[in-house]
Amino acid sequence: MIRRGRAAGLIIGGLLSAAIFLVTAVSFFWTPYSPTAIAILERLQGPSAAHWLGTDPFGRDVASMLMVGAQNSLTVALVGVTIGLVLGVAFGTVAAARGGVLDALLMRVSDIAFAFPALLTAVMLTALFGPDGGILLRGIGITTIPTWATGMASGLNAMLAIGIFNIPVFARITRGAAMSLWKREFVTAARAAGRSDASVTWVHILPNLASVLIVQVTIQFALAIVAEAGLSYVGLGTQPPNPSWGRLLYDSQTFIDKAPLLAIFPGLAITLAVLGLNLLGDGLRDLLDPRLRIVRYGTERKAA
Amino acid sequence: MIAWLGWRLVSFVATLLVASLVVFLVMEVLPGDPASVMLGMGARPESLAALRAQMGLDEPLLQRYVFWVARLLVGDFGRSYTYSVPVAELIGQRVLISAPLAILAIGLSTLLAIPLGVHAASRRGRAGDVAVMGVAQIGVSVPNFWLGLLLILCFAVWLPWLPAGGFAGWDKGVWPGLRSLILPAVALALPQAAILARVTRSSVLDVLRADYVRTALAKGVSPRRALWRHAVPNALIPVVTIIGLQFSFLLAGTIIIENVFSLPGLGRLIFQAIAQRDLIVVEDMVVLLAGSVILVNLLVDLVYAVIDPRLAQGEAR
Amino acid sequence: MREGRDMAQGFSARRVAAIALATALAGVVQVGTAEAAKDTLILAMTLEPPHMDPTAGAASAIREVTYANIYEGLTRIDAKGEVQPGLAENWTVSPDALTYTFKLRAGVKFHDGAAFDCSVVKFSYERAVAPDSTNAQKGLFEPIAATSCPDANTAVVTLKRPAANFLFSMGWGDAVMISPASAATNKTNPIGTGPFRFKNWVKGDRVVLERNDAYWGAKPALASVTIRFMSDPSAAAAAIAAGDIDAFPIFPAPETLDRFKTDPRFTVKIGTTAGKTIMSLNNTRPPFNDVRVRRALAHAIDKRAIVDGAMSGFGAPIGSHYVPTDPGYVDLVNTYPYDIAKAKVLLAEAGVKPGTPITITLPPPPYARRSGEVIAALLQQVGLAPKLVPMEWAQWLEQVFKNSDFDATIISHTEARDLDIYARDKYYFNYQSPEYKALYKQYLESRDPAQQTALLGELQRKLASDEPNVFLFALAKTGIWSAKLRGMWDNNPIPANDVTGVSWAE
Repeated sequence: MIRRGRAAGLIIGGLLSAAIFLVTAVSFFWTPYSPTAIAILERLQGPSAAHWLGTDPFGRDVASMLMVGAQNSLTVALVGVTIGLVLGVAFGTVAAARGGVLDALLMRVSDIAFAFPALLTAVMLTALFGPDGGILLRGIGITTIPTWATGMASGLNAMLAIGIFNIPVFARITRGAAMSLWKREFVTAARAAGRSDASVTWVHILPNLASVLIVQVTIQFALAIVAEAGLSYVGLGTQPPNPSWGRLLYDSQTFIDKAPLLAIFPGLAITLAVLGLNLLGDGLRDLLDPRLRIVRYGTERKAA
Repeated sequence: MIAWLGWRLVSFVATLLVASLVVFLVMEVLPGDPASVMLGMGARPESLAALRAQMGLDEPLLQRYVFWVARLLVGDFGRSYTYSVPVAELIGQRVLISAPLAILAIGLSTLLAIPLGVHAASRRGRAGDVAVMGVAQIGVSVPNFWLGLLLILCFAVWLPWLPAGGFAGWDKGVWPGLRSLILPAVALALPQAAILARVTRSSVLDVLRADYVRTALAKGVSPRRALWRHAVPNALIPVVTIIGLQFSFLLAGTIIIENVFSLPGLGRLIFQAIAQRDLIVVEDMVVLLAGSVILVNLLVDLVYAVIDPRLAQGEAR
Repeated sequence: MREGRDMAQGFSARRVAAIALATALAGVVQVGTAEAAKDTLILAMTLEPPHMDPTAGAASAIREVTYANIYEGLTRIDAKGEVQPGLAENWTVSPDALTYTFKLRAGVKFHDGAAFDCSVVKFSYERAVAPDSTNAQKGLFEPIAATSCPDANTAVVTLKRPAANFLFSMGWGDAVMISPASAATNKTNPIGTGPFRFKNWVKGDRVVLERNDAYWGAKPALASVTIRFMSDPSAAAAAIAAGDIDAFPIFPAPETLDRFKTDPRFTVKIGTTAGKTIMSLNNTRPPFNDVRVRRALAHAIDKRAIVDGAMSGFGAPIGSHYVPTDPGYVDLVNTYPYDIAKAKVLLAEAGVKPGTPITITLPPPPYARRSGEVIAALLQQVGLAPKLVPMEWAQWLEQVFKNSDFDATIISHTEARDLDIYARDKYYFNYQSPEYKALYKQYLESRDPAQQTALLGELQRKLASDEPNVFLFALAKTGIWSAKLRGMWDNNPIPANDVTGVSWAE
């Protein structure tokens, strides 16, 4: 029963995730309206054939904004998790391979990073680099951003904050899993054959971490979507006029008594995306290795 | 064990020092000037310079850092630039909102999650389990601030039972204050409860598989008794750990919920302080928050070390 | 520009919602107890002041609590924006307009019992101009050469140069009388000469004022005033509906006001403020150094659409840096009517190619962020490529205001009658016009009211013609209060909640 339930979860999760990604992909080429086109006379309309999900206080098409918002929300979350994955895995494998002082040092650094909630990091980054991260971009010599990427780029602080938050998560599970691998016979054999630590890590450790990491990435990606929405909701993520799910929620709040649907749709989008990824992650875990111990680090600080 | 404890304490202090240095330097290079935020657009340059001198911002960097840390060590948090009151007083007032909110949320989620988790575990694979875990799956996926908005819509706009936001204050009695915390606490608690219920379920299932429970069952102890007397108490250790971790995160993590319900808690204070460049308030709060997170981690490790001394040895290697 | 600073301070004031009007409609009618003899008022404000010393901080919230209630100046500004006698009973101005002789009221005491006399005037003004002064409007006092005291009840202020608006300036919150004994502690325990004394302050929640029975003038009708801080419009709306709050002079969510308009229990008053919301342009940076480009932008921007889209219809379009309630106002709103074709022609004449990028910097207040979104859409229609750059308040002050490093920005100038900013040698939008400066000097030196009015008109026309900034709209004062309240200010010519004349109708 449970097993069948899990399989169903995997399928539902896969379908939901695929649907969200499909809509996002389509939005790059086509949306019903321009998400920034203002039509004051058509403001605050309910759903209709012309505007499937109605219009916002500026008369913009909500469905179009949600579609483009998905681009920004998902990209920010994805880049954030990738930063955490790359650096975290690097820290974790090195710590496991070297042990000793370096290991202790890396783990303390990850403790410090862990002590700063993503929100606090984002607040500081925003104060440091400006709400759209412009000060950082100009600092490293980037002055022009292609039009299609402006929305995502404006979420730079959120990407970095989510990334920093994810480093210790990946560092810890990588280190834990890698340490147990180092004790296995095939690794001992490889070392006896004179292979260097780096080579053992590359050939034997990393490939064996893949399944743990794939599952963890799915879970962290879901968390990152919630985090991005939370950051955008308090003004630290994607910046106007670029839509994102969290920003749409924030914009809807003043109008909640007049147009409650404005607050419902973006939240629904976030929930469905997160639900899909969570189901996918759980399903993948059962599929890849039922004995895997997944660290649900950070679940307790979602959106924080 | 003692060596391990010593090492952990040293690293605790070192971590705090690094955190304090990081936040101090970050605040230092921030664009913007606390004096110009205070005096606005009509201010003359000489007024700004005078205010900076009054705030002590014209002293050398190193001196200010050392003095700040030294004062922190004796419990002096300094004086807010904007409010001209001791920072300790400011934080104290805000804690009176954030802490009850966090306690309420934790209490609520625990009360909901543990019975549900145990129930699901005891009916593993049956309808009750599937239903609880299905709801939990959705609960984990709902962002708490959106839940907050939905609660406002239902219980403040459509059914005018509870305030939609703001804090009534404790001085008029417990109930008016508590009333303003109910919706935010529920918004925080439900997603937490979903996580906790899942942890409880899997933890109870782990213990039920353990030998001593099987032995008890073999000896003829009723399954119900085996569950509640043997399995549940043992299964709760990881659950309590998670609750402990949640609490320290909640102190910082209520920030967004405070925004949804416009509660003047710690989160709002830190946002305000950064916007106004009230540097000392930000620095104090970051060190306090980071300190509390690290401290809770330390305590959790300590509890584990007491339960299983091998862990400590492994770590101190 | 106090508004902006305040918005930055109340982070969530701008995040938050207008909800809970259902509460109002559900008719939670609360009958106040003993309403006939009511002499208490509960008034609400969006933002809490950082402290209580208006002579050492720019936040409007400080004035909205203390002005005229706790502190008084030599002159005071009334609800119409006119200068009235305050602690000075009357005054004379010398023919050369350089010497002001104030006759001070006798027997005035501060709340702590300290006496008010000319030495206090001298202390207050000298403190404001001292090298270590932290007065946010030090410029107001800049014309003062000296203050002298021929006797205890006469203060003679001599000026370095004529200043036509000197009496108005001395009525500002920044120019109130401060006792030497309490100057250092006014931030936390304000001591003034006003009809209300400070009782207590529950931080994050409320300030309580009580009637000063030793007040020199007519005693106020109210025995106590509680000022509550509610950044959340939804909670505010619910509290008003339930009768927990008697008045919300500047209600934060205008989009919800219409529901209260139809309720006979409330008075909804849409008034004016001195807040001139403009799109400032960097007048030395190409292409904005070309007047044709500035005029093109003015033609491209539909002011009505901004007021409707960004401000829910509240706010009056303006055509110059002056609001309709200011003396000598000239209606120049239609100088540059909304005309896309004309805008395109002007841009082409100035050599601005389609697709030219314009960076519009947006400080945090919602009026700026929302207007920015509308303006960006409007400028796209004339072929420009606007880019919105949101900024924190502190960063905006540093980069835009202090360093003039910007193309365009949206900001509300809330200081009353500040035509002088266009005559300054250095101000962030870099408008330099010898003609304007000459006109302004003429205005400052004129003493004939008719001539002053004529010159004010000239100044406005000059600004409308040069269009250094695109003038958008005057911020509205959206107030709600109990229908039984009398004497509330309809307009806010200066930031204040003067409740000295407020009473309850029987």
